[in-house]
Amino acid sequence: MSKSSAAQVRHKVDELYRIESRRVFATLIRLLGDFDLAEEAMHEAFTAAVEQWQCDGIPRNPRAWLVSTGRFKAIDSVRRRSRFDASLEELARRLEEIADDKAEKANQEVEDDRLRLIFTCCHPSLSPELQVALTLREVCGLKTEEIASAFLITPPTLAQRIVRAKAKIRDAGIPYEVPSLAELPTRLDAVLSVIYLVFNEGYSASSGESLIRIDLSEEAIRLGRLLLDLLPDSEVMGLLALMLLQESRRDARATSDGDVILLEDQDRSLWNRQQISEGTTLVNRSVASRDYGIYTIQAAIASVHANSRTAAETDWAQIVSWYDLLLQAEPSSIVELNRAVAVAMQEGPLVGLELVESILERGDLVEYHLAHATRADLCRRLGRTEDAKKSYESALSFARQEPERRFLEKRLIELG
Amino acid sequence: MMKFVCLGYIDEAKWDEMSENEQSAFINECFTYDDELRRGSHFLGGQGLQSSQNAVTLRWQGEQAMVVDGPFSETKEQLGGILFLEARDLNHAITLMSKHPMVRGGAFEIRPADEKINAMIEERSSQSFSS
Repeated sequence: MSKSSAAQVRHKVDELYRIESRRVFATLIRLLGDFDLAEEAMHEAFTAAVEQWQCDGIPRNPRAWLVSTGRFKAIDSVRRRSRFDASLEELARRLEEIADDKAEKANQEVEDDRLRLIFTCCHPSLSPELQVALTLREVCGLKTEEIASAFLITPPTLAQRIVRAKAKIRDAGIPYEVPSLAELPTRLDAVLSVIYLVFNEGYSASSGESLIRIDLSEEAIRLGRLLLDLLPDSEVMGLLALMLLQESRRDARATSDGDVILLEDQDRSLWNRQQISEGTTLVNRSVASRDYGIYTIQAAIASVHANSRTAAETDWAQIVSWYDLLLQAEPSSIVELNRAVAVAMQEGPLVGLELVESILERGDLVEYHLAHATRADLCRRLGRTEDAKKSYESALSFARQEPERRFLEKRLIELG
Repeated sequence: MMKFVCLGYIDEAKWDEMSENEQSAFINECFTYDDELRRGSHFLGGQGLQSSQNAVTLRWQGEQAMVVDGPFSETKEQLGGILFLEARDLNHAITLMSKHPMVRGGAFEIRPADEKINAMIEERSSQSFSS
């Protein structure tokens, strides 16, 4: 260790905080068994680093130093409080028993701690909203205010949710662990759906009204990458691919006024080639594994679009067959509707229209604006102007997002 | 180790439709799995419950406790039995109980016991015994 200037130390600590603080936090949770105690200890360790490293120099393994210092800070704090609360005495004793070398375990263990943290935050016994809030806060390190503004709720409401979630983790005995291999498929589902929920919040809001919204899509992609690093599973690959491929069209999806541009009308030169190629590689790897699910299938559909040079050159037959697979894996009317659109492109609007009408006649999706918009579009292409108008009007009555309403109104005017 | 209280709900109408043989087969299956839990020292006890029609509910009304007919008759699933379980943590409890035949009967609730209150109950019980 060598002496370092105050500025050097500051800079190094700032950098470490950005890169390592979530790792240090995840390990401290394992050692201390308590979210709040771990967070407090982590902050104290970083504060101590600024002071001590100026005298002692920057240690060779800063992360291990931070974890070990955090642990001692936690012991101090519990000891202090145990003077007033005898029940903490036991905890303080237990903390001291943890050998110091445990805090300096190999890298693999540290990465496991991050994975444990993700699975704990996404435990199925927590409601989806709690899962999202906790994951963004504890795994991504977002501030309460940032998450609250992204989800358009007040910071106190969110803070309450986080407190409730942490209390449930502690009191209900939700373990800090990666589920066993047998449980993994079902538990991984919750984790993937949280990440996808975060992504979609950023994706659908980007046409949007709110400027204070942080970029949740980027955050979700970062989470996806982290998860794939930690757990190279084919569905994790599929989800990351799906997010990258959707994100690649971000700049082409809307006009500068925020108007919707349909996939077939988008300027494909605006699509992000790098994201497309990364996403495509991931889809191919996942499909080759022969053990994949709904995220990979949706990513495969997105990759067919992404790799078509023009809308007319799209391989609709391939897209229809992916939709067939998706319907088997997860039957839903929405998937059926999307498949109908692809069939219409492949076999003509009349075949597609029959499929859409059979869904609506069944009573499904009758309040879903896109079902009516799809019917309207197919009628328009068949020259059935009056039917098309009626369906656009139904679509308008159910559409809630402003850009979508503008789009539908424009179409109605075009029909005269 | 933590204590969990497992609440098994059943659709009483469906239960009544089952033949006596089917009912006893189901109960036997439950008992067999209880034995499994006993072998692992996870089974702390349990109580089966009579039909909710035989239940009364006490409600504080005005300044006194009123006895009323169970307010639950309109819900389809009723509490059918209670099991006390000991497990490492929630995941362990879920793993143990997801194999229990009772789960197939209806909704199944797993709740951690409130150790603070239970300690108070424990203390109270030992006092009454010694006096």
